Amino acid sequence: MSETAEPEVVAPAPPMLHGVPLSDSHGQRVLHPTRAAYLKLVRTLLDETYTMCADLTAVDYLTFPGRALPAGVVAERFEVVVNLLSIERRERIRLRVQVPPDDATIATLFDLYPGSEAMEREVFDMFGISFTDHPDLTRILMPEDWEGHPLRKDYDQGRIPVQFSTDFAAKERAQ
Amino acid sequence: MTDRAVEDVAVQDILSTIRGGNEPEQGLKPRSELTARELLREVGAVLRMSEAEAAKLGDLPLDPADDQTMIINMGPQHPSTHGVLRLMLELQGETVLRCKPIIGYLHTGMEKQGENLTYMQGGTNVTRMDYLSPLNNELVFSMATEKLLGIDGDIPERAVWMRMLLSELNRMSSHLLFMATNGMDLGAVGMMIYGWREREQVLRFFQKVTGLRMNHNFIRPGGVAADLPAGWRDDVLHLLEMIPPRLEEYDTLMTGQPIWRDRLQGVGVITQAEAIALGATGPILRSTGLEWDLRRDQPYLHYDEMEFDVIVGTYGDAFDRYAIRLNEIRESIRIVHQILDRMPGGDYRIQNKKVTPPPRARIDESMEALIHHFKIFTEGFKVPEGEVYVAIESPRGEIGCYIVSDGSATPYRLHVRAPSFVNIQCLPHMMRGGLVADAVAVISSVDPVLGEVDR
Repeated sequence: MSETAEPEVVAPAPPMLHGVPLSDSHGQRVLHPTRAAYLKLVRTLLDETYTMCADLTAVDYLTFPGRALPAGVVAERFEVVVNLLSIERRERIRLRVQVPPDDATIATLFDLYPGSEAMEREVFDMFGISFTDHPDLTRILMPEDWEGHPLRKDYDQGRIPVQFSTDFAAKERAQ
Repeated sequence: MTDRAVEDVAVQDILSTIRGGNEPEQGLKPRSELTARELLREVGAVLRMSEAEAAKLGDLPLDPADDQTMIINMGPQHPSTHGVLRLMLELQGETVLRCKPIIGYLHTGMEKQGENLTYMQGGTNVTRMDYLSPLNNELVFSMATEKLLGIDGDIPERAVWMRMLLSELNRMSSHLLFMATNGMDLGAVGMMIYGWREREQVLRFFQKVTGLRMNHNFIRPGGVAADLPAGWRDDVLHLLEMIPPRLEEYDTLMTGQPIWRDRLQGVGVITQAEAIALGATGPILRSTGLEWDLRRDQPYLHYDEMEFDVIVGTYGDAFDRYAIRLNEIRESIRIVHQILDRMPGGDYRIQNKKVTPPPRARIDESMEALIHHFKIFTEGFKVPEGEVYVAIESPRGEIGCYIVSDGSATPYRLHVRAPSFVNIQCLPHMMRGGLVADAVAVISSVDPVLGEVDR
């Protein structure tokens, strides 16, 4: 078991699925679409019985840029990770989409999987990645007036003053 | 007569009913001298208005803006919202038009914290997410870590079977607590006490095994923290003997009872297509008739060797979800019986010096053991680069763990796919068009744990 565990992708010609590089991570299939191909690929997979969006999250690779990616995939700071599930085939497939920090937007999956609504809001809240055409892109876990996106790697734990939404002392001073 | 005048007459009529009579305001006359109206007041009849009086009040002019809807706020300190869930409800009369769950009141940044704890310490973090099924959280975290380490096939048999035993008992304790809270939310207060009582018995066993009732940090990467204590088999057998008759009592108390059925049947209905689209898993998905249980459909540990039924419902309503959980306790009992028959001996954790701390006795005699012990507990063990998503069936549905490792001793990213977080999105669909009185029944039937919703 342990000797086959390394995610090895043959560099010259990575295997493709629906025209998108496919890699293997510990026996799990991972697709690496570009942002442009993302929505079309998800639609294809949905037609192919991947009817449930089990999970949608993101990773900030700011301090770990050298991760293994198949040839032809340009590493960016953010990665949106989508886990799709086919109940009919009892299979999972994972999508990793590179999202650059200067234009941190990606298409929403809401039209295809309404259940991704809360998960996309969480990613927006925690990473500041916007989902175009999302019906209600607001903070979900943090207070509405919170500044910053806590799960970004440049957002240090414990080194920021706690933000209170009701600063009574400041209110008194203002009066 | 103007509207205002009608109102005045009606009010006067009520006032005269209350004030009328021959008794002075601060005096008391003998009963024989009282008018009938006085006597009525004595027995509280004023509060139970006559039909004619009530009809008069019913004729009061309607508010011209009465087609307006009302928005009410439920929670986050509402006892039946299972923690700090807040719901905004838009009502028209008693009908719920819209519902919006507002979460985040329990957000403590556990995923961020997970990036600062080693794989060794990570269990203490994830176990606190879904605090009603802590062992399943630890299990999924450990399985993800082991997959990254490449040791997922080398876990000793006894550890695997112990994990299954604890996971199933945890499913029972979680569902027993659901029985209690579901009963409490619907007014079956007796059930609340019974559910807590039985759950406590299971937790006592956990305390004996792990040292704690909750938040065990017992299932760890590489195996489990300790072997089963002496006499564990008798304790489990005692549980397995005690719980089934109690479940029969629940059946008598609730399942066949007309009030219980009226409160739950046809309430909070969700269709299969909706449940799949919304990503709902666990009893919610199964209540729509879809047989989907990761223990059977994507088996992990040794669930593929177990004989058990996947319980499904038909109507997707709150009663189905209740019945599914009740019967899942029975199926868990079946599984635990099989585990007891097959529990092997041997090691309870992997003897891989890089992952498992050496036994205490070895530290006294071996320099290497001391070094390994020191290194594991100070800097932790390093996990090879990679990313992995592992999902198992928790009592609430699919709990997933996505770990990205950069080759260090702490996860680069730790994400937990919390079933309650996704399931809670079903609430607006289940409540739409229902009565506000059923809102509590619907929340209860989803069985959210806010610790894992907000993480």
